[in-house]
Amino acid sequence: MPPQLTRLLIVFAVLASGLVAARHFLLPKTFGESGHYRTAAVEAITKQPVRYAGREACALCHPDIVEIHRKGNHQTVACEVCHGPAAAHVESPSDHQLPAPRERGYCPLCHGYDPSRPTGFPQIEPVAHNPLKPCISCHNPHEPRPPHVPEDCRACHGQIARMKAVSPHVQLACTRCHETPERHKTAPREARPDKPRTREFCGACHAQGASSPKEIPRIDLATHGGRFLCWQCHYPHQPELN
Amino acid sequence: MKDEGPQPEASGEKIYADRRAFLRTCAQGASAVLFILQPRQGEAAYSPRDHFYGMGIDIAKCIGCGRCADACKKENDVPREPFYFRTWVERYMINDQGETTVDSPNGGIAGFPAATNEKGMLRTFFVPKLCNHCANPPCVQVCPVGATFATEDGVVLVDKDYCIGCRYCIQACPYGARFLDPRTRTADKCTFCYHRVVKGLLPACVEVCPTGARVFGDLRQRSSPLERFMRMNKLQVLKPSLNTGPKVYYASLDGEVR
Ligand code: HEC
Ligand code: HEC
Ligand code: HEC
Ligand code: HEC
Ligand code: HEC
Ligand code: HEC
Ligand code: HEC
Ligand code: HEC
Repeated sequence: MPPQLTRLLIVFAVLASGLVAARHFLLPKTFGESGHYRTAAVEAITKQPVRYAGREACALCHPDIVEIHRKGNHQTVACEVCHGPAAAHVESPSDHQLPAPRERGYCPLCHGYDPSRPTGFPQIEPVAHNPLKPCISCHNPHEPRPPHVPEDCRACHGQIARMKAVSPHVQLACTRCHETPERHKTAPREARPDKPRTREFCGACHAQGASSPKEIPRIDLATHGGRFLCWQCHYPHQPELN
Repeated sequence: MKDEGPQPEASGEKIYADRRAFLRTCAQGASAVLFILQPRQGEAAYSPRDHFYGMGIDIAKCIGCGRCADACKKENDVPREPFYFRTWVERYMINDQGETTVDSPNGGIAGFPAATNEKGMLRTFFVPKLCNHCANPPCVQVCPVGATFATEDGVVLVDKDYCIGCRYCIQACPYGARFLDPRTRTADKCTFCYHRVVKGLLPACVEVCPTGARVFGDLRQRSSPLERFMRMNKLQVLKPSLNTGPKVYYASLDGEVR
């Protein structure tokens, strides 16, 4: 063999082994085991902590709420949508308490009217739909089926019923203020319901000393509004403050 | 001649015996290997080869509440500033002049402000977006160090320890699904919540979607919700002409969406 060739071969051998050595030291561990990447990176990503516990995680300790929720209108809305990531809470409930979105601003995120939403999705106009009260005072967040509105009268007095449905008096049955003979529903003009006649009627709930639930706003029956009938100033089906 | 007869017989006998012994050893060896490799009770043996993940999105169900974008940030520690998103929701508004407006204030996390030009509006809808986990990912092709890659189960991931922050992949992604994490200065993007998926949990965005607009599943399993979604709907992908092979499938997608 000519000596040049030997030298050349030596140079090649050195280069090649240098390359192999460089590759050995430079190439990260586990590179190329399953593809053109480090298999260890996949393992590292797999170890990232889980924050959302998943839909099944709550039933063990909150069976009553899960049961209500499972059958209700919010069944597709997972617990953690409203209560936030709960993996830590599931691990140790007392160390990691979950928030509950009680404020009125929260629900319109999904239910506020927006033309971009698909038609048929239940939406309300937050400014007009029972303003000033938290949504959860009327809707149970775990089963928000709209509160029951007496239906009978609605068939014919739709406008009044709709008005009352969004008023502070929503929970009052029509018959609480109108004693209605059954015949009124078949012969409305012949059998007329009763209508409140006196200030004392409203006073039964709103007077200072009245024995009604304490969240009802009170007025001084003797002086409030002079001697006028209450409904000369407040429309009884929509008694907003003006 | 006389001796020749039995010889093959004998050697044949021997071969058969050997073969039998050999097969027995093989069987024992194989069962030993199987015994060692068998999935242990309790710890789920996850094999990437058995899965191939994708996502379905039904535009007709999306209400634009942005819970997906919010949950994604919480699950994956994505910076809260409004420039970094692994998934986000866009609002499309197409007016009667044929002009399309797209907005996504803070990814939709805090909802969308009232639409300004409701009168002339022809169509409007929400489009959730995320990494398409392409079968043919341009981002992987351009990465100079092999720090972004597709796993065997069809998820495109970033190796944060080896990413050099050169941003080629961010440029290469036709869907704008990547960003540079300001804390580590490495590329970041949706992982389909790989850490959840391998444990049998759903990705966080799917977990919190209130209307079932997002469907996650395994394309190797005929019973998976995604397979059902794909059978029941007419599907489209984003930018099909780029031949990236996206694995996020949209139902009821408007032609205007890009
Ligand atoms: C291991 C049992 C356990 C599991 C699992 C669990 N919780 Fe709880 N949770 C509790 C206990 C106990 C409390 C009461 C903690 C306290 O008041 O100190 C609580 C309280 C709460 C509260 C606080 C309500 C308030 O009064 O403000 C919420 C909300 C809640 N849980 C939601 C969830 C959700 C959602 C899940 C499922 C992801 C869940 N929990 C799973 C045990 C559990
Ligand atoms: C639409 C949002 C929403 C969803 C979905 C939801 N919650 Fe709640 N949750 C609330 C709100 C709001 C409150 C506070 C209610 C109150 O103060 O009257 C609450 C209260 C609670 C409480 C504490 C008060 C109580 O009534 O004991 C628990 C526990 C709880 N939720 C568990 C759950 C679980 C479990 C689920 C899933 C099955 C769930 N929540 C789903 C909104 C939600
Ligand atoms: C993450 C989105 C989301 C949030 C937040 C949310 N909801 Fe809902 N809500 C839904 C979905 C989805 C439905 C089911 C709609 C359907 O059946 O098409 C629903 C149904 C309802 C319904 C029944 C409407 C009907 O006519 O069937 C009411 C009422 C309601 N929600 C009230 C509330 C209230 C009150 C809150 C706040 C505590 C709230 N929602 C928060 C998504 C949400
Ligand atoms: C004073 C009680 C009250 C309050 C407060 C209240 N609602 Fe209602 N809500 C009702 C009644 C009654 C109905 C059913 C009658 C109707 O359709 O208007 C209803 C209906 C709904 C519906 C169903 C509408 C549809 O088209 O099917 C939604 C959604 C809703 N409310 C959400 C909310 C949200 C969100 C809030 C808070 C911003 C809220 N409600 C506050 C009483 C209330
Ligand atoms: C079949 C339809 C129908 C039904 C059901 C019905 N109403 Fe009427 N209601 C009428 C008609 C018609 C009038 C008469 C309107 C007029 O004469 O101007 C009337 C009048 C009234 C009046 C006014 C009486 C007056 O003297 O001015 C009251 C109060 C009333 N209805 C209450 C009710 C209540 C409460 C219910 C449910 C328990 C109810 N109505 C169910 C049709 C109906
Ligand atoms: C808080 C008590 C109260 C409730 C609840 C109530 N009303 Fe009245 N309603 C009155 C009073 C007071 C009047 C008399 C108003 C007047 O004379 O100007 C009246 C008058 C009416 C009238 C006569 C026409 C009118 O608008 O003045 C009708 C019809 C009527 N109510 C129907 C209903 C129906 C239907 C409901 C249930 C959806 C209902 N009311 C619930 C107090 C009530
Ligand atoms: C059965 C008891 C009851 C009777 C009778 C009654 N109310 Fe009320 N009223 C209520 C309740 C409950 C509320 C709502 C309280 C709340 O906001 O939680 C209310 C609220 C009001 C408000 C306050 C509205 C606001 O925006 O805060 C006015 C005004 C009012 N009623 C007027 C009347 C008038 C006028 C009458 C007589 C026609 C009357 N009420 C009869 C129970 C009653
Ligand atoms: C001359 C008109 C007038 C008459 C008549 C009148 N009110 Fe009022 N009422 C008002 C005004 C104005 C307000 C709001 C300002 C205020 O709080 O004093 C009000 C407020 C109220 C409130 C809310 C108080 C609070 O603290 O939120 C109630 C409840 C109420 N009225 C009930 C009645 C009842 C019941 C009658 C009949 C006995 C009646 N009003 C008669 C004008 C009237």
